[in-house]
Amino acid sequence: MILASQVWTEVFWTSVIAGGLLAGVPLMFTALGETISERAGVLNIGLEGMMLLGAYLGFLGAHYTGSVWVGFLTGIAGGMIGSVFMIVLCVWLGLDQIVVGIAITLAGEGITSVLQQAQFGSTYPRLDAAPTVAIPGLHHISVLGSSLFDQPLIVYLAFVFVGLLAWLFRRTNIGLNLRAAGEKPEALDAAGVSVVATRSWAALSTGALAGLGGAYLSIVAAGIFTPFITQGQGFMAIVIAMLGRGRPLWVLLGSFLFGIALSLSDSLQLAGINISTDVVHMLPFAAIIIALILFARRSYLPPALALPYVRGAR
Amino acid sequence: MTTETISTKAPPAAVRAKPTRSRLGDRVFDVCVRSLFPVILALGAGAILLLALGRNPVSFYQDIWLGGVSGGGWDAWQDSAIRMAPLLLIAAGLTVIFRANIWNLGYNGQFLLGAALVTGYGPSLTNNVSLPVAMLLLVLMAGAAGAVWTIVPAVLKARYGTNEIITTLMMSFIGVDLANILIKGPFQDPAVTIPQTRVLDLEKMLPNIPGTRIHIGLLVAFGAVLVVHYVLTRTSWGLRLRIMGANPRAARHFGVNLPRLIITSFLVSGFLVGLAAAVDFLGLWGYIRGGQNPAYGDTVIPFVFLARLNALAVIPFIAFFSVLSVGGDLAATNANLSTDFLLVLVGLILLFMTVIEYLGRRRDLGGTYLPPGLKEALRAPLFRRRSP
Repeated sequence: MILASQVWTEVFWTSVIAGGLLAGVPLMFTALGETISERAGVLNIGLEGMMLLGAYLGFLGAHYTGSVWVGFLTGIAGGMIGSVFMIVLCVWLGLDQIVVGIAITLAGEGITSVLQQAQFGSTYPRLDAAPTVAIPGLHHISVLGSSLFDQPLIVYLAFVFVGLLAWLFRRTNIGLNLRAAGEKPEALDAAGVSVVATRSWAALSTGALAGLGGAYLSIVAAGIFTPFITQGQGFMAIVIAMLGRGRPLWVLLGSFLFGIALSLSDSLQLAGINISTDVVHMLPFAAIIIALILFARRSYLPPALALPYVRGAR
Repeated sequence: MTTETISTKAPPAAVRAKPTRSRLGDRVFDVCVRSLFPVILALGAGAILLLALGRNPVSFYQDIWLGGVSGGGWDAWQDSAIRMAPLLLIAAGLTVIFRANIWNLGYNGQFLLGAALVTGYGPSLTNNVSLPVAMLLLVLMAGAAGAVWTIVPAVLKARYGTNEIITTLMMSFIGVDLANILIKGPFQDPAVTIPQTRVLDLEKMLPNIPGTRIHIGLLVAFGAVLVVHYVLTRTSWGLRLRIMGANPRAARHFGVNLPRLIITSFLVSGFLVGLAAAVDFLGLWGYIRGGQNPAYGDTVIPFVFLARLNALAVIPFIAFFSVLSVGGDLAATNANLSTDFLLVLVGLILLFMTVIEYLGRRRDLGGTYLPPGLKEALRAPLFRRRSP
């Protein structure tokens, strides 16, 4: 039985929120990336591979230069390398997005694992904990203070980025172009904007964000790169993005919930409650499935999603 | 504007004077190029990668042959044949659903649930019922588990058009977790401390094909592939499935009951994936550990596509991959590389396959191999475009 006294402690809630953030931020970056490319009509199943490339290269960058920020940059570059395949093969040549996505995931999993084992197979170097920034005044509040307002700088930037993206989607031409590329590419083409270029930039930023998410995993969350470190989070991000229906704030909320689910069993253990990781891990997915069954509506996806654009084709 | 006029100028000569190519030899050549080229190119690219890593590609590929076919005095091929059984069944299941142009990406959950049930109930069932009956029950149970796990995505897709990629992925996550809960909970072997089920006695497992070490699951797999091929190519159900895959709206006009067809194809696919789990764990493993996930499906997908969704053509490709994966273990160990190098090879095969498909399609259309934009880009540095 779960006792109320075990759960209603400051330590417990601090660990729940902090754990949710720690696990949720990489999901959020990646899911935001997927949101961008889905809006533009590119379904990116290769997120897992891009995250792994970002995690590996990010770790390398941070390990050799000692700077967290260089690590994030190399991580972004890693994700972009993965997305270049997507852009050339799917956006430019119009090949099947799902097949190419699976290929990127497989190759990303394989190559990072091989390189990690070849380089660090016996040493397992760790990174120092990323420095945190305490927001003056706010970080003394109980529970919220030490969990929300005493985080690495990148976490705050992530929140700023969500707002920025929501603004970009809603208020700018870029957002409009992105949406048109996914909804009715012919219209965008007729308006004189290149569909291929719009989709290419969208896919490239997806790769960058997935790489950043992966880099966060290895640099901040784990401090080490191990093969398959993402454990399916790329696929979770796809689910979150599809459920978020292209709205960054919903993606933020979804990522945070999934992040809590990923880390809750640790928090519960801290409170002296033993619930298996598997049960907690399963809960958000089960909840969504039940919600889908009960309130089944069409999950909204852009009509041109996963369809290559060929000018003049019908 | 200029690029526009250039690319639409005068139809290519190949369109006008193109002989119809219908000779059998040409078709065989075409199929060979499209199916084998990606594999050869991927192995070549893999060799370059091995060189870059400072390994000897020749000895790496030799080790694959040794470990997967000829090692141990021509005995190692039996290991590859054992590996083939679950892979073939999964490939058959994926062929069915991909023909309908539906993405069942939940194979990992379906597989593991089947595996957990088989290994969990196997020991008690084989002790209480006669062996053939117990085996049949277990195999059907695993198949049913796999099929049941597709019902939610199938119904959601059939009734509301919910995207099946997202629902099958979610069900897969739930299935993997549920399998682990079962393995660590009710099916846990009380005699050991690590999370794992009780081990089946050797004589209680699937019998071997006489004279070999290969369990009869391989025959089951071959049988399933033949049945799937027959159903897909020779029955009205198969035809309706293909029509739906090609064009759902046309299928509706032909009077095809789309929801029912979606659900049945999902069920068949899940059943075959569950069957794969039963065969693998009753024939080879005999028990399952918590967290164990062979993830066969991920690596089977490329070969299903290479076989162009033809169930019979899947057989040689799966045989090839079985050799690659069994021999790859030895090769990777000898080269001091992670066995995940094989994932890179499989990914490369997929990438090259899509590119070759693309080139082949352009050739069929009578165009050149290069897309117009790229051709211009390549030409630009060499030829200065004349101003009109």
